[in-house]
Amino acid sequence: MKDIIVVGGGVIGAFIARYLSQYEASVLVLEKENDVGDVTSMANSAIVHSGDDPVPGTLKAKFNVLGNAMFDQVSKELDVSFARVGSMNLAFDEAQLPLLEELRDRAEKNGVPYQMLGKEEILRLEPNVSPTVVAGILCPTAGIVNPFTLTAHAMENACDNGVELHLNEPVLGIERQGDHFLVETPIEQYCCRMVINAAGLASAKVAAMIEPIDWTITPRKGEYYVLDHFGPGLVKHVLFPLPTKKGKGVLVTMTTSMNYLVGPSSEFVQSEEDFATDTLTLNEVRAQAKAMVPGIPFSQQIRVFAGLRSTPSTKDFIIESSKTYKEFINVAGIESPGLASAPAIGKHVAEEMAAKILGLKKKESWNPCIRPYVHLQLMTQAKKNELIHADPSFGDMVCNCEKVSVGEINDALNRSVPCLTIKAVKKRTRAGFGKCQGGFCQPRVLLLLAKRYGISPLEVLYGRGDSQVLEEEVKK
Amino acid sequence: MSVELTCIVCPRGCHLVVHDDLTVEGNSCPRGAAYGKQEVLDPRRTVTSTVPSNSVSFKVCPVKTKDPVPKAKMAEVMAAINAVRATVPVHVGDVLIHDVAGTGVDVVATRDLLE
Amino acid sequence: MKHVDLVIVGGGSAGMAAAVSAYDAGVQDILLLERSPYLGGILNQCIHNGFGLHEFKEELTGPEFLTRFVHQVEERHIHYETKASVLSIKKSKIVTYVSPKGSFEVQAKAIVVATGCYERSAGAISMPGERPAGVITAGQAQLYLNQYGYLVGKRVFILGSGDIGLIMARRMTLEGAKVLGVAELMPYSNGLNRNIQQCLKDFDIPLYLSHTVTNVIGKGKLEAIEISQVDEKKNPIPGTEKRFEVDTLMLSIGLIPNCALLDKAGAKIGPARGAEVDDALMTSIPGIFTCGNVLHVHDLVDYVVEEGKVAGKNAAAYILGTLEEGAKVPTKAGNGIGYVVPGSVALGEEGGVSLKFRCRAPSKNVYLIVKQGEKVIKKLYKLAMIPSEMEIIKIPRKALENSQEPLEVSLVAKEDAAHVR
Repeated sequence: MKDIIVVGGGVIGAFIARYLSQYEASVLVLEKENDVGDVTSMANSAIVHSGDDPVPGTLKAKFNVLGNAMFDQVSKELDVSFARVGSMNLAFDEAQLPLLEELRDRAEKNGVPYQMLGKEEILRLEPNVSPTVVAGILCPTAGIVNPFTLTAHAMENACDNGVELHLNEPVLGIERQGDHFLVETPIEQYCCRMVINAAGLASAKVAAMIEPIDWTITPRKGEYYVLDHFGPGLVKHVLFPLPTKKGKGVLVTMTTSMNYLVGPSSEFVQSEEDFATDTLTLNEVRAQAKAMVPGIPFSQQIRVFAGLRSTPSTKDFIIESSKTYKEFINVAGIESPGLASAPAIGKHVAEEMAAKILGLKKKESWNPCIRPYVHLQLMTQAKKNELIHADPSFGDMVCNCEKVSVGEINDALNRSVPCLTIKAVKKRTRAGFGKCQGGFCQPRVLLLLAKRYGISPLEVLYGRGDSQVLEEEVKK
Repeated sequence: MSVELTCIVCPRGCHLVVHDDLTVEGNSCPRGAAYGKQEVLDPRRTVTSTVPSNSVSFKVCPVKTKDPVPKAKMAEVMAAINAVRATVPVHVGDVLIHDVAGTGVDVVATRDLLE
Repeated sequence: MKHVDLVIVGGGSAGMAAAVSAYDAGVQDILLLERSPYLGGILNQCIHNGFGLHEFKEELTGPEFLTRFVHQVEERHIHYETKASVLSIKKSKIVTYVSPKGSFEVQAKAIVVATGCYERSAGAISMPGERPAGVITAGQAQLYLNQYGYLVGKRVFILGSGDIGLIMARRMTLEGAKVLGVAELMPYSNGLNRNIQQCLKDFDIPLYLSHTVTNVIGKGKLEAIEISQVDEKKNPIPGTEKRFEVDTLMLSIGLIPNCALLDKAGAKIGPARGAEVDDALMTSIPGIFTCGNVLHVHDLVDYVVEEGKVAGKNAAAYILGTLEEGAKVPTKAGNGIGYVVPGSVALGEEGGVSLKFRCRAPSKNVYLIVKQGEKVIKKLYKLAMIPSEMEIIKIPRKALENSQEPLEVSLVAKEDAAHVR
């Protein structure tokens, strides 16, 4: 018997697990993919929104503002790159000024610090913005974060503190039996006292396993461009147009690794598996971004991708016990500002809901920090030498675009959260994220994975599903 | 009847016309003329591949046919190449297969594998 | 901090040639840094033949070619380090690198950057569809096959008719894969004619000109691709879709100079996406030189080597104080020309200047004109030119005039060229 099963190992499931790990309770996280944070948590704008956009009084507003405030501490504890670079919402037309006013009202009501900017001020701060800009609002608390390590490290912290994580294990059915739940997967049937549904795109399906629900989740696709790092200065803040009904609009931002990100589009799709990009949509994203920052060097483009947001029919986050069972908690419809809200949602669900409902006791000691990762690039010459002399593999570079060593990859491969695929290594360490997109380093990463798990190179997966990279060994 | 060919002797890739009397037009060098004639009479190709090795630094050893082999024999040559291994030390030019597939041509190593 | 006269970043053909020529020009305090475990760079995986006709007057495979250069480096006892990855180059000519031996800072008197190029990836061209495993660049497939002994797939389609893709079509066929076709966006092939012959025609592999990939299908591993014909504006024509069930889509869609180190050091970047250089191959940072595919992408390693020798010799001259630095004339890519390297040439009386460039589109019956202002310096008839073949023109340096007028290379149709003298 488990105390709690968390369905879903995305950023929400990871933070719920992290805060649950403070308690004397047996917690199991079931993730259907072969890595944590492999769906929505992986493919998004990587923005810690300030909270100026959500309608006051909503859960989105509440958790966005609370979550944003937690990031300084959380990013230190979890060794995740985070920078409060501030965001700007920009108006390019006098007719948009009432919208800007509305944004200011929301910021005011949500308790978000802001500063209204005129044209000159904007162009002084962001010289590459189109001179057609009229006015804007600056929210200094907005930030950028590494979404890959945010999820992986939150889960690692949970696992370090005793949470059990099963990858590749989808939930097929959930049944109430007496005072507990039976959770069925292809591998096992688990008994537990509580289920927390953090299944993202599948959360409505999971919720409907125990009772009829009156809300739906619709995947809403966003397509993006990633540009290489080409020296700082294209933009210094996260730049948004003004929000519309379709969402926050196409943004232009740098990432924590100094790449630039342009997107997303916004389009409802039928399938939870529709991650395809298409030329027309991307052209539209490009046009919208160029309207805001005309000089974006798309020649530096290194990747395009699509992510799916879990858009709820209720228009707000769904964070509540099911109607029938208070021990079945739905945490669903976590679209933007979900990443910013994740720590606050995790803390709230664990401390204010799960712990109280089950009467959990806090552990005597709980370590909020993960074992720090090596950041060779940030070290002094003396520290680098100390490290490399102790372990030469830290001086053996695998990925030359992003400067990732064998030592760093082996470290990622030997943490409490399994790192099973080439893509998982990429998400943890950035190996293969650079301009050559793994052209030079992928074979070495593949061989390190094969060695770590004692498998044939033919069995190593690129990413999701049956994604073997190699077909046949021709020279045995 | 004349035959039109793309010369493969060098990266220039001249457009050759080989006439019935085996005279060649379109070549920029004597090697092109020789190629045109050869290609009509007995087309040949150099085959390059690899063979497994016991070297600690290279899993496979690159090899080539020392001279071009008849085009029709390429599959047989590959089968023969796939049946051998290279044992260190290997030097560029070391013969790994004598007279591959009865062509009279040797398969040689194209890299040094010392350990 | 270590002090070294000349640091060469990159131990491929350009870097080795630069090291050898600098050594022979009198600078022997050299540190050659190579990121991989062995010298030779990309030639290590180019096991096919066709190299060396200019340099060695015989046809060699990539490994044979590089072995000769490794011997030249070793005969001279030029100091080189492998597994040495350069993290940064500063304007002040401090090179920072790490290797399993430690982390090092080296103050150089001159630097040659010879870091090669990388392949354009699916993401760089906004490949439509999904992003499954099995979409792979040709060079990466080549690395897996020729250095590790693994085939990435058994049913292969190739996008782009670049030479690496063509070479890999033959390699994979010989190793037991079925190559179903090659699609090329342009109405002409981007590979060398001889590779179309010996890599595609020899194996009856169809080449679809004016076609591109319009969908990639597969959740985990690639299941199928769809190609479509494109119109003159390169837009796919609806109704022309063809579907291929494949496990591999190999990309041979271009190479890009890997000049991040120079870019971050603050060197000016030119239109060929490498650093802007003068005809001594010196960048906008005095004492930092560059050559080979990081300067501009070459089709032949022989020309890479030639360029490496020029960079090495001039870097040595810079160190020895014999590199003359005088007034320079900028170059310009005129009508029909994609780029010209170098970006400027020094005035003087001695010797010649090599201008390297590519045409933008295939051209027949044209004159190549090199002029400065109204003065025609060279006029050369070309029966045919294609973008995939780099052109080299040599002009006498003394023909240059000391003015701000750029030295312009352009293409003029034969019938319009009569008045150009």
